[in-house]
Amino acid sequence: MKKIFFLISLLASTMAAANSGIHLDTAPVKLSDNASLQRGAKTFVNYCLPCHSAQAMRYNRLLEIGLTEQQIKDNLIFTGVKVGDTMTNSMNKDEAQQWFGAAPPDLSVISRSRGADWLYTYLRGFYRDETRPTGWNNIAFDKVGMPHVLYELQGEQELHVEKHGEHETQKLVLTKPGKLTAVEYDGMVGDLVNYLVFMGEPMKAMRMKLGIVVLLFLGIFFVVAYMLKKEFWKDIH
Amino acid sequence: MNSLTNLLGWVDARFPLTKLWKEHLSEYYAPKNFNFWYFFGSLALLVLVIQIVSGIFLTMHYKPDAKLAFYSVEYIMRDVPWGWLIRYIHSTGASMFFVVVYLHMFRGLMYGSYRKPRELIWIFGMCIYLALMAEAFMGYLLPWGQMSYWGAQVIVNLFSAVPFVGPDLSLWIRGDYVISDATLNRFFAFHVAAIPLVLVGLVVAHIIALHEVGSNNPDGVEIKKNKDPVTHIPLDGIPFHPYYTVKDIVGVVVFLMVFSAIVFFSPDLGGYFIEDNNFFPADPLKTPPHIAPVWYFTPFYAVLRAVPPMFGSQFPGVIAMGVAVMIICFLPWLDRSPVKSIRYRGTIYKTALALFVISFFGLGWLGMLPVTPLFTLLSQILTTVYLGFFLLMPWYTKIDKCKPEPERVTG
Repeated sequence: MKKIFFLISLLASTMAAANSGIHLDTAPVKLSDNASLQRGAKTFVNYCLPCHSAQAMRYNRLLEIGLTEQQIKDNLIFTGVKVGDTMTNSMNKDEAQQWFGAAPPDLSVISRSRGADWLYTYLRGFYRDETRPTGWNNIAFDKVGMPHVLYELQGEQELHVEKHGEHETQKLVLTKPGKLTAVEYDGMVGDLVNYLVFMGEPMKAMRMKLGIVVLLFLGIFFVVAYMLKKEFWKDIH
Repeated sequence: MNSLTNLLGWVDARFPLTKLWKEHLSEYYAPKNFNFWYFFGSLALLVLVIQIVSGIFLTMHYKPDAKLAFYSVEYIMRDVPWGWLIRYIHSTGASMFFVVVYLHMFRGLMYGSYRKPRELIWIFGMCIYLALMAEAFMGYLLPWGQMSYWGAQVIVNLFSAVPFVGPDLSLWIRGDYVISDATLNRFFAFHVAAIPLVLVGLVVAHIIALHEVGSNNPDGVEIKKNKDPVTHIPLDGIPFHPYYTVKDIVGVVVFLMVFSAIVFFSPDLGGYFIEDNNFFPADPLKTPPHIAPVWYFTPFYAVLRAVPPMFGSQFPGVIAMGVAVMIICFLPWLDRSPVKSIRYRGTIYKTALALFVISFFGLGWLGMLPVTPLFTLLSQILTTVYLGFFLLMPWYTKIDKCKPEPERVTG
């Protein structure tokens, strides 16, 4: 019996190790909130798009979050491309690789590969680390090549490690405040992540809506099919 | 109406249309006691059609080119009208194909559908399963994401474990020293043309063989033993059409409800049907920390990893994996029980089947996890159970205390 308990506890601890990694904060994703998506889109084109592309995303997809073509042209396109074009930039991939150690990845489907919670934690998880070439490190992405682009807004954080016996707790402490308060910054990043989730699958809201119609249809079809079967089978015993 | 009858007569004089219709539908007599488990044969056929049709539409916009493939899939998802629906139907269909086929095979295990005279149906079925695995494996490379790429890298590397010819063999399969554009193109060719042709041919053979000997049923008794003396129709048989066509429509609708729920509400099904890592474009220079195949391959992947390398070669593991798949083909000759159906079998077979199911699910779960000493030990235990189910079958089915089979099918 003891052996079994030992096995189970070993199993539990190995599984915990398999899922190791940091605690992720839950991102406030709400795809029906157009105002949030629009704020996120604005942050995205201002802060992310200069280095990262979103080559699968067309600007006019933003019509779906309540913007007009004129608004997109006036406020969100800085490169003079057409509203039906995709979100590319002119950064040279080879040069970017030299500058940052890795070319900035395309962000079209980053919310699908990384997940919203990871992005939300990552974008709030930069801290000062003088051992890194950029001076920045990240709690969700150790030795990240990207510097903290939003540091003006968030300010500077430091990583404090506290030891409690065998356990270690890591804590980010704001040492130099930025232009935004912590709550405002979290809200801004929340909007940005919300937008990234939208961009990862712009048809998501639509497919959910259509899904309900399809299931309703199949529900009615089921009743008809079941009655047909009953009728045919009533003489089979 | 009259001119239609004339047309039918004209055709029948030149092609056995009415004859085929009668032989395979209106006068194909199936046992009247089919239960829930008998839906999955026709559902497998349905999924095959879904995959072929949705696949044809996908090829119209997909680009089999290492530079373009990843974003051509996103192009389909975003810019092709209804492209996202077609793509999700195809990706969901791939997994659902295996769900349906595994349930279909399990039905065979429960009711002894592989036993004489249905050995060839079972063999054709296993060939379909092998073709399906090849089809799924090659199709998974096409989106050209990180898991596509590294999954293919791992599987093709298995061939390099073959003694003497291994490295040349894997080079020949890839057409390059690593998975590359050349590999993508040939996998595309196999995925959209070669293997579907083989699959369809095998399915036809599977059904012809079935209709030659007739369907088994949950009681495992032959309905052809009790025929009406005048009409020669099996007393427990009913025409497939209309009885089972109308019944299967109900099954189809329920299946489509499950299928649509996945397609519309959770197409990646928490990373099981579409892995999160596959939304990173393939990068030959960046090995992901953890490579796991899609769920339907993980039981065999766990068997592969359970066997330690011997004499510095992974080959024993590859052999074990091959054996784990191929041994299923030999079921008709491993089973020595006097009865077919689990309804009349004794405790030993029921226990063995339960252990087999546990080992299959357990291995499937372990195949998704990273390797640790404990998981390897568990995989080894479950692999032994899995293989034991087959290898000990001639012995335990013989000594099992079975109940007598009834003369006629029961309700």
